[in-house]
Amino acid sequence: MEKELKVAALRNGTVIDHIPADKLYKVVFMLHLDTCENQITIGNNLESAKIGKKGIIKISGKVFAEDETNKIALIAPNAKINIIKDFQVIEKRPLSLPDEIHEIVQCNNPNCITNHQNIPTFFQVIKDENDTMLKCHYCERLIKLEEVKIK
Amino acid sequence: MSNRSLVSISDYNKEEILEILDAAADFEANPNRSTLKGKVIATLFFEPSTRTRLSFETAVLRLGGSVIGFSDAATSSSVKGETLNDTIRMVSCYADAIVMRHPFEGAARYAAEISPVPIINAGDGANQHPSQTLLDLYSILKTQGTLDNLKICVAGDLKYGRTVHSLIMAMSYFHPSFRFIAPEELKLNEEYRIFCLRNNIPFEETTELNENINDADILYMTRVQRERFQDLMEYERVKNVYTLKNSMLENTKPNLRILHPLPRVAEISPDVDKNEKAYYFQQAQNGLYIRQAIISKVLSI
Ligand SMILES: [Zn+2]
Repeated sequence: MEKELKVAALRNGTVIDHIPADKLYKVVFMLHLDTCENQITIGNNLESAKIGKKGIIKISGKVFAEDETNKIALIAPNAKINIIKDFQVIEKRPLSLPDEIHEIVQCNNPNCITNHQNIPTFFQVIKDENDTMLKCHYCERLIKLEEVKIK
Repeated sequence: MSNRSLVSISDYNKEEILEILDAAADFEANPNRSTLKGKVIATLFFEPSTRTRLSFETAVLRLGGSVIGFSDAATSSSVKGETLNDTIRMVSCYADAIVMRHPFEGAARYAAEISPVPIINAGDGANQHPSQTLLDLYSILKTQGTLDNLKICVAGDLKYGRTVHSLIMAMSYFHPSFRFIAPEELKLNEEYRIFCLRNNIPFEETTELNENINDADILYMTRVQRERFQDLMEYERVKNVYTLKNSMLENTKPNLRILHPLPRVAEISPDVDKNEKAYYFQQAQNGLYIRQAIISKVLSI
């Protein structure tokens, strides 16, 4: 019962769960939910056994494209994405960073050619023991995940 | 799309690096040829670098080729305001290969993706300058007779100095050991320290030049630029500490050679020039043969 109060039922749409509380609004703005006309329910600072305080976003009537869920992986890699249809979860979309990221990230290097000419950005994802970084394909700059700037 | 472009030193594996060094030795023995007869090479310098441009253009002319291009985008009305994409596409209609220098990092990689003819990167901002790296390697090989198992001291600006970063990457094939000598604010960046650790390249770090060069086979000096410092007092202090003087070479190894990508600011006192261990002027000359080798390789000649 308590669970249902926190997570009101959604007929059709997308649920993004297990967002670290301090990342919730980043996800909101990254997905442009602040200007989205769909019905949206946002919960934050909910108790979570796994991550302490978590946030959840439910967007009614919208299924996110793959490149948009990729964006979420950049700032909340452990978030859970569920696609809902007729109150049922029809897809649990695993979030993992792809090997390459096209266009959605802006290079941190102010002197990078992609910040001066109309060139789509392209980053290789460098996965390491416990560190993941993006490497700009053009200027070769390494960017830590926490420093990633979303376009 | 051409995959023969040379944008970054990491575009070449060990075999290709050695192939270039071999070819450079051939060009040094016989630099005047006509293998580029009938070929046109463009040198597009979106920012001026007279030294590098003259070296590339001489390399082309001594192989019998012709040169077109510009030496400074600011004075070249044809490219003012034009996108890099348009300039590269236009020039590739005329030239068999394009040598380019650009103030923005990544410009050469992008050009190589859109150009139907090979691109040779002659410097993209603070990123890569592979012909410099290859001429550094050639100079090391020539003066030491080998690239293997050398003790290399690198001094100066190790944080921003791209020649240093590329040198570390290129030398990683040859079991070097490094000593990185830099003031605190210009220490080697984390990225390259990790690179050395991963590739099992032994290195030490220190902040003083002094007797730290006595066991070196190569001393690679770099410019310490005033604009890197927040505090000008600190710059003045560092500038003095990092000036190599002839007297400091007294106890160094007889095979030691001093390299510097030039132009120097104050890092090497003029009294070092006459010491036989000073190699930076010959090093610059080696650039000609390396560039002949690179141009020939990208055109498969
Ligand atoms: Zn970049």
